[in-house]
Amino acid sequence: MPSLEASAAPTAPATPASQGLRLDNALALLRQAGCAEPAHPPGSPAYLQTLIDQLVELSSRDPLSGLANRRNFEMALAREVDRVARSGEPALLLVVDVDHFKRVNDLHGHAAGDEVIRRVGQALTESVRPMDLVARIGGEEFAVLLPNCPSAFGPQVAQRVRQRVARTAVTLPDGRALSVTVSVGGAFAPQWVRSTPGLWLQRADLQLYRAKAEGRDRVCLEPVASHEVSVQERDLLLGGPKIQDSE
Amino acid sequence: MSELSPSPDPGPAPARRPGARITAVTSGKGGVGKTFVAANLAAALARAGERVLVLDADLGLANLDVVLNLAARVTLHDVFTGRATLDEALQPAPGGFSVLLAGSGLVEYSRLTPEVRDKLLDLLEAVRPRFDHVLLDTGAGISDVVLFTVSLADEVLVVATPEPTSLTDAYATLKVLAASQPARPTRLLVNQCARTGDGRQVRAQLQQVVDRFISPTLAEPLTLALLGEVPLDPAVREAVQRRQLLMESLPGCAAAVALAAAAARLLTR
Repeated sequence: MPSLEASAAPTAPATPASQGLRLDNALALLRQAGCAEPAHPPGSPAYLQTLIDQLVELSSRDPLSGLANRRNFEMALAREVDRVARSGEPALLLVVDVDHFKRVNDLHGHAAGDEVIRRVGQALTESVRPMDLVARIGGEEFAVLLPNCPSAFGPQVAQRVRQRVARTAVTLPDGRALSVTVSVGGAFAPQWVRSTPGLWLQRADLQLYRAKAEGRDRVCLEPVASHEVSVQERDLLLGGPKIQDSE
Repeated sequence: MSELSPSPDPGPAPARRPGARITAVTSGKGGVGKTFVAANLAAALARAGERVLVLDADLGLANLDVVLNLAARVTLHDVFTGRATLDEALQPAPGGFSVLLAGSGLVEYSRLTPEVRDKLLDLLEAVRPRFDHVLLDTGAGISDVVLFTVSLADEVLVVATPEPTSLTDAYATLKVLAASQPARPTRLLVNQCARTGDGRQVRAQLQQVVDRFISPTLAEPLTLALLGEVPLDPAVREAVQRRQLLMESLPGCAAAVALAAAAARLLTR
């Protein structure tokens, strides 16, 4: 067997994977975001993997609120649509919009607006279960994705989200306290119906417009789809009197 | 704005045209033997001399290829994209009928766009003159696409078992269809019946709730007709595991006899 060329001898550190890679921008970005540089030997696969993980994390978070960003949210929504179609488990999508946000910016400045976004995001996170996803999907618009949420609990959950924000006092940079309210629109994923993420979001958005139009600081949920089987229907179907078929 | 609605526009009313009678075979959730029933009804109809097509109406998510032990070489996807003709995609199945398999590439058609609607309409128009019966196997779940396809059928066959979950799903399916689609003859086939009479019992239970909760919302009351009851039969499991048609491998067993009787009723209407 011919011997390997001398150039293949392990004289250099184990950096073949990073040869030719330009990492400066990525490292600068991560430093700016407050991420520590990977502890592994620079250029090693473990180093690069950590770097990629940090970049993935960075690209799925909203920098201002620390919540999941729109991209992350859309992926989660698509996964949930698939899951609901297969499992038939109910899932609720809420879209939350800060009322009169433009007024906050105009009257108190953008720093105050940023603080409102952060505090609302925090209040939303505190008002739902750890398994639920809270995302910032637009300027002052948030979304909450609640897997495995029975339709009977929908109104209560949505009201809790709204009230939690209403109870949150935002301290302005000048020390004054500002209270904010949100409008909430929601729609359930149709059970065991394969829908699309876009359609689901549109349905929740439609309810948000309704909540805005009806005066803000309120919750509007899409009426539970007419094809959902009610308790009365189920009782009659499964427990009803055994009758003789006359056909 | 129609995209905001979870259920599709009913589309053109299914006027009776010359050619195949289109039957949507549906059940809501899977696991009740819907594809098994569709394939064996097709085989029984083929034995009776009818030209039958079974179409994977869930565009790739039905189990037709698995049940029939067929590989989809040319698929509906190829037809939709112009890579193959309809003739090339029509495959002979073991029971003497034809199948049109969707192929997994059709996931991209899982959203009901005007383009998908047109393709499905064209497809059904193209197959209608060539067969006597088209059975639409709707797979598990009711997507917008499946609802649209079902809306093109001349009649609906709901497959259920006496299990409470199946009863509930069958009822939910009836409710979705009643709320979003034109009224059509709707029949029930009860699969996996442990006792004789289970089928009639299931039909009566469903009809009772339909009368109370669905019919009052409709112009005409919805009446379920019982197409048949198929007994729980160990031969079925055997055929399914061997991926064979019951009508082919064990035509004399109780379940096959019941399916043949159901097919005969499908012929008389």
